[in-house]
Amino acid sequence: MTGFGDFLGEFGDNMTVRVTTTVNGKLVSGDVEPNTLLVEFVRENLGLTGTHVGCDTSQCGACTVHFDGKPVKACTILALQAEGHQVLTIEGIGQPGNLHPMQAAFQENHGLQCGFCTPGMIMAGIGIAERNKGASLSEETIRAELEGNICRCTGYHNIVKSIAAGARDM
Amino acid sequence: MYNFTYHRAGSVDAAASRLAESGDAKLLAGGMTLLPTMKQRLAQPSELIDLNEIDGLKGITVSGGTVTIGAMTRHADVAASAEVKQAIPALARLAGLIGDPAVRNRGTIGGSIANNDPSADYPAAVVGLGATVVTNKREIAGDDFFTGMFETALDEGEIVTAVRFPVPQKAAYFKFPNPASRYAVVGVMVAKTASGVRVAVTGAGPCVFRQSDMESALSGNFSADALSGISQDADGLNEDIHASAEYRASLVVVGAKRAVAEIA
Repeated sequence: MTGFGDFLGEFGDNMTVRVTTTVNGKLVSGDVEPNTLLVEFVRENLGLTGTHVGCDTSQCGACTVHFDGKPVKACTILALQAEGHQVLTIEGIGQPGNLHPMQAAFQENHGLQCGFCTPGMIMAGIGIAERNKGASLSEETIRAELEGNICRCTGYHNIVKSIAAGARDM
Repeated sequence: MYNFTYHRAGSVDAAASRLAESGDAKLLAGGMTLLPTMKQRLAQPSELIDLNEIDGLKGITVSGGTVTIGAMTRHADVAASAEVKQAIPALARLAGLIGDPAVRNRGTIGGSIANNDPSADYPAAVVGLGATVVTNKREIAGDDFFTGMFETALDEGEIVTAVRFPVPQKAAYFKFPNPASRYAVVGVMVAKTASGVRVAVTGAGPCVFRQSDMESALSGNFSADALSGISQDADGLNEDIHASAEYRASLVVVGAKRAVAEIA
């Protein structure tokens, strides 16, 4: 892992390497290959299966997690890129009986049908609320900023209502 | 995805020397195009050199009538920058129209222009605003940077470090996005600068291009009316399931008129 001057790390193919990152506030490590995706690391190494894989092509947003505080698609980041960074998944924002305001809003407003897209919708919704903090959050803004999250139950109307309510309560 | 060797670069020099030594390494910027491309096996580099930990490549500075954006600056940071919004509002707006919020939180200006997707937005800004691309080796005029579909003037081992945009008198960007991918079916950047009017078109052709008929017409009369007699030749424009070449040609004219009308 040396010999390239300022390289911080070098890992060969088919070689298992250890990645250490902070997930939901806890320092965690796992053995991955260079082509392991962040979403695979989260689901398979850590067992945090709340983050879903929908399209695996960064279109649908089901895999949305927060990376250093900002929503990203975990199917399009390598696990090794999380080294030393902060990852927040749906499991890290609330628990049964102590839901995050955005989770509670989805429950109260029937913001889901099958629920597959919901973790991504909630993580994206928190991002929308945080980006528009202090401003009035219009339905138009929510719809525009949800463009990277796809629901195939056609449940957008209640998702938008949920995010508006969740943002008010955050 | 096939497996590959992963390098986390700590400096531009280290990344450049590794790139020069390696046969087919690719630089990993935001990864928003490269990683999906590798999943589809349209690209199979044996090595990835990750630029994400090089802090010197990130950030925005505005001084002396120039906006300088580090190559690893995310689209979301350009879109939200109060300084960019004030100096070149059309540039901030363009950055905010790329992809979706999660993609904008990862995608970078350097990655976008080095990839030179024919439907990418940033090439229209670089050419339309007469920007200069700064690399680890030299400076390249925006007009000379984009050489063809997915082709640029970058040499082997050359890395984009920043893009310098001169602040125009006025500029506006029109975009007709593909509703699914959000890539530009057609995008038109119109800028009125001290050295003349520039009109750059992305999405329509295999590579961003300047529309010189429109530039001449607008030089004498900077109004949407000045474009009424001008048509865009459909010959050689892109054609796919989303839009015919003729439709794209029509959108170029409509887009340029709307952009001009916004700032005339």
